[in-house]
Amino acid sequence: MSDRSRYPGYDVLAKRETPSWDEPTRRAIDKRLHVSTAARFLTAAEWAGADALCRRILPQDEEGETVPLAALLDAKLFADHGDGFREADMPYMREAWRAGLAALEAEAKARYDGHSFAAISIDDQDSLIAMMQKGLLSAAHWPGLDAQRFFERRVLVDVPALYYGHPKAWSEIGFGGPASPRGYVRLEGDRRDPWEAAEAVSGQEEAARRLNQHVV
Amino acid sequence: MREYPETDEVDFAIVGTGAGGGTLAALLAEQGFSVVAFDAGGYFRPLEDFASDETEQNNLYWTDKRVVDGANPIQMGGKNSGKSVGGSTVHYAMVSLRFRPEWFTSRSSLGYGADWPISWQEMWHYYGVAEREINVSGPLTYPWGPKRPRYPYRAHELNTAARLLAKGCEAIGIGWTETPLATLSAPHSGPEGKSPPCVYRGFCRFGCSTNAKRSALTVWIPRALRAGAEIRDLAMVGRIETGPDGRATGVHFHRENAWHFQRARNVVVAGYAIETPRLLLNSASDRFPDGLANSSGLVGKNLMTQSNQAVWGRMDQEVRWYKAPPSLAITEHWNYDDNKDFFGGYCWMGQGPLPNEWASIQTGSRGLWGHALREAMLDYNHMIGVKMVGEMLPDETNRVTLADDLDQYGLRVAKITYRWGENDKALIAHALQQMGRSIEAIGARDMFRQENDTNHLGGTARMGNDRRLSVVDGDCRSWDIRNLWVCDGSVFPTVGGVNPALTIQTIAIRTADRIKHLAAAGEL
Repeated sequence: MSDRSRYPGYDVLAKRETPSWDEPTRRAIDKRLHVSTAARFLTAAEWAGADALCRRILPQDEEGETVPLAALLDAKLFADHGDGFREADMPYMREAWRAGLAALEAEAKARYDGHSFAAISIDDQDSLIAMMQKGLLSAAHWPGLDAQRFFERRVLVDVPALYYGHPKAWSEIGFGGPASPRGYVRLEGDRRDPWEAAEAVSGQEEAARRLNQHVV
Repeated sequence: MREYPETDEVDFAIVGTGAGGGTLAALLAEQGFSVVAFDAGGYFRPLEDFASDETEQNNLYWTDKRVVDGANPIQMGGKNSGKSVGGSTVHYAMVSLRFRPEWFTSRSSLGYGADWPISWQEMWHYYGVAEREINVSGPLTYPWGPKRPRYPYRAHELNTAARLLAKGCEAIGIGWTETPLATLSAPHSGPEGKSPPCVYRGFCRFGCSTNAKRSALTVWIPRALRAGAEIRDLAMVGRIETGPDGRATGVHFHRENAWHFQRARNVVVAGYAIETPRLLLNSASDRFPDGLANSSGLVGKNLMTQSNQAVWGRMDQEVRWYKAPPSLAITEHWNYDDNKDFFGGYCWMGQGPLPNEWASIQTGSRGLWGHALREAMLDYNHMIGVKMVGEMLPDETNRVTLADDLDQYGLRVAKITYRWGENDKALIAHALQQMGRSIEAIGARDMFRQENDTNHLGGTARMGNDRRLSVVDGDCRSWDIRNLWVCDGSVFPTVGGVNPALTIQTIAIRTADRIKHLAAAGEL
């Protein structure tokens, strides 16, 4: 992750009280920003494993606000707000997460002297995740759930949506965010409405930062 | 809203309120029939209920349990389901295209699939009615197919993604045009109320909180209510009852934690290509052990989806594809070209995925995670993409059956089995190559393909002229049970290479006309 912000000073939440946000949107986003940090679905051990896994799927090493991915995952599983369907050889979302986290834990303990997934180094975590993605984990620790399918169908579906559904990520990638009732006016390339993020051109970051102070 | 007691035998109980059921509810009520239209989902009010937010709007989708399998399992969700009054038209991208005329005789004219029992000339007439009723905005002249009337509303201004699509088409020497869209380009006032034009907020694949989108929720449902229909929301129909004479007598529905029974003289199933066959199969009885309307054995069979592959790339310039409807420009070139070594056709349109969808493409197609994912996502405002809607051929082994899993109502869930055929794969390969050429020609870099996506559905209760080879006749009326009708995308014998919503509404408008004539002739 490069240190330089692509949209310096842009905060999509600065538009909260502008005509780009309406009441149903404020309600929905407020709920996300105040997600419960107490586990309601995951056990303490599952939470620790999920938290470590989420930190590798979406690393947030930079300073400043972080998106509480484990808490958002727990809330999603608690509400059972998923895509609903399952593939014939997979369990439904909740059971898949329980089984997948248990298997990942067993896999880590078998490979790393009985250490939890959360306790091994991030390099070891990354290598375990890469093996899961490439289908290199044996079925021994994965009863009833294929490791690669768990990664593709659950981890890579559910976790990125928690991060990129958060206003912090919208600010980071320069997304305009909620836009009702105001919408947008300028549709031509390389033009922005005053309530859209300004992208930093190399060497002129300060100009973008100044514009982004006034994105309301 | 008028409400009917369950003990009343209403003229029509309609199951589903989307493009098929919502349209029919309005038009039948306007003819004076008593109508109760059921939806398993809630009745949302766009301005009060629709957040500008991808995550929150997951509540518009059918996320009840289902099982998918086969060599190419269909991913269910936003692109092929809806669970609210208005059905999936609440979150459809408003693309309103006519089928190519030859598709209605694809077997006899083009050599594949099955012929429809309705002529293209008749469909052309009803397409015109549908486009006027839902106020489609579109180009002054449409470049493909036989002459059609001018679209009622002017085309929308193009966003950058659409301008680049046009440039790419021109670079490889094929035509393009502004996409006919069912979202207002000017203020509108009609029997359903007043609506303002689109403000280009870009959350078009979700609920429209401007009220510019012309969905069943904003067009047909208000008309149905005005004409005295009852919309019964949060009411899951689990079984159609049949009497000793083999005719439908009404529907069992689950509402407020209990099962109820609504008597009806006619039952219309309009639950789309998964829930429609599921309901017919779940309604099996001693007299109809294989499910209702199933003497042909075809209920649930010939499920079709549409190929929805894409090619993505990064431009030097800013694109900001999140502004305005995502599919403002289109090429139907390959729907009208028969010099290909496979059957069927496809169109492609410009794209504007919001962050969550864009992240799912990065993970699903490129397997990105970690720092690589965050880096790639930083290019969000520079990305372009073109995405196909491709015809897949009917195949009896692609089908909906009942799984052993039970849903929250205790009903067996649908099992959806799907495999791409060799023709489907050839069509996809052709489209990926052409789409890639078009954006490479305008300077897209770091291009990648999204190879595994599908979208709309069709089939599973095919219409036809021969009761041995179809589930319903051209009037959407079951061959076996004459007071049972199916009116949604399930009746499509072939699915075509364009989005189906306009065709579903067109079929529903025609069905309402046919019911009027049948009633007048005493043949209902």
